Amino acid sequence: MTDTIRSRIRAIIAEQAMLEPDQIDDHATPADLGIDSLGLVESIFALEEEFDIAIPFNANEPEKSDFDITNMGTIIAAVERLVSLKAA
Amino acid sequence: MSPKKSGKKAARALSDATMAAASVTPPRHGPRRVAITGAGTINALGHDVASTMAAFREGRCGITQLDFRDVDRLSIQIGAQVHDWRAEDHFNRQQILLYDKFTQFTLLAAKQAVAQSGLCFEGVLGLSAGVVLGTAGGGLNTWDENYRAVYEEGKNRVHPFVVPKLMNNAAASHVSMEFGLRGPAFTVATACASSNHAMGLAFQMVRSGAAQVMLTGGSEAMLCFGGVKAWEGLRVMSKDACRPFSGNRNGMVQGEGAGVFVFEDFDHARARGAEILAEVVGFAMSSDAQDIVMPSAQGAERAITGALRDGGLNPEAVGYINAHGTGTAANDKTECAAVAHAFGHHADRLMISSTKSMHGHLIGGTGAVELLACIMALRDGVIAPTIGYQEPDPECALDVVPNEAREAQVDVVLSNAFAFGGLNAVIALRRV
Repeated sequence: MTDTIRSRIRAIIAEQAMLEPDQIDDHATPADLGIDSLGLVESIFALEEEFDIAIPFNANEPEKSDFDITNMGTIIAAVERLVSLKAA
Repeated sequence: MSPKKSGKKAARALSDATMAAASVTPPRHGPRRVAITGAGTINALGHDVASTMAAFREGRCGITQLDFRDVDRLSIQIGAQVHDWRAEDHFNRQQILLYDKFTQFTLLAAKQAVAQSGLCFEGVLGLSAGVVLGTAGGGLNTWDENYRAVYEEGKNRVHPFVVPKLMNNAAASHVSMEFGLRGPAFTVATACASSNHAMGLAFQMVRSGAAQVMLTGGSEAMLCFGGVKAWEGLRVMSKDACRPFSGNRNGMVQGEGAGVFVFEDFDHARARGAEILAEVVGFAMSSDAQDIVMPSAQGAERAITGALRDGGLNPEAVGYINAHGTGTAANDKTECAAVAHAFGHHADRLMISSTKSMHGHLIGGTGAVELLACIMALRDGVIAPTIGYQEPDPECALDVVPNEAREAQVDVVLSNAFAFGGLNAVIALRRV
């Protein structure tokens, strides 16, 4: 199941970054992928829609949000956590 | 059917007073000076200018828990909402059917402004008087209510006045009808800079002689489910407070209301012995031509320096700036950088405050309400504070007049507005 979630997340980010999913490395930051602040907000919206979750994210203080956007790895982990919380 | 006719202005005979005023202003060429001779407002801080300025002096916050249908489905539930608003106290049943809330707010503010100016637009003055107003959302409550009716409630019929009620120019048109303003009348929509663009155009029209008097300002009534839900999407809204320039700020807070002013040919105002609240001396607009939401310091700076140049003003003359100051990370840093660059060393001596901390962000109406803080600074020598200021931000290291109003005599003030879409508009006023 986790693999499926990961691949769905990658597909969403890849679409936003206009890359192929296999080009999305876990260490890549949004900036590395060419995703600006508006692109990030759009990606978060797409992730919320895909998994029917609410992601706590304020563009004014992304570092204080309870959603770690440091890189793809942290984003995937945060989404997985929210999906599992929803399932619980 | 004529939906609104109070009857009182059926006849527009030339009054003696109007003819006298007209006769002392002979046609002439060249730029004219522009006086503000009336002001009106309704916003979360009060239903008139006096109560709004009192709130500015007290540093009172108008932001509260929002109260409207479906607010529980919003993740942002605070705003600077107009309280104790009963349309039926101001308008008859037929008018209410035709006036969206943004028009209602506009008409209330316009009546206050015209009453203060003492102007009567019967006769020839009405032919050279007009109105230009700013709004971003226009009749957004009307859109919201009627979409709900047809989509959510499945109705197949809406009220016949939906279109004339929601159109962005409705407020300007009703102001023109209310007072018989038969010159230029239109609406400007440049998001958060709408009012400043409108007032700048009004200034240019009176200065050029295209009109003798312009009613101007703007209004917004976006505090409804759809209006706030749309803003939530951008994730730039604060859930708890508007703290412009404060290190711990976390976003903007929406407001609603209107501000309307009478811009008048200075000599015309003098000749009739009108009280002049301030003189409008400069205006400039610029476009970032860069990004639809991220602001540019260079674009903002060009509007600031442009307004100074337009008014023939030295930067050192500016004592106070009413900031755009939305409380977002993007705006506040950019705006402070623009001011620092435009004014050099003088940036450390002037005062700059954001009154959005009190009345919220009125979007298309915001510059109009903020002009009141400029007039208060010039006339009363009281600088409205930036409230909610809790910790310094090295990227906003200017004198932001934190938390308490300050007494200071200033001779020239600026009002900044920097909109989504990269559209900037800065207006300069001088003490009379």
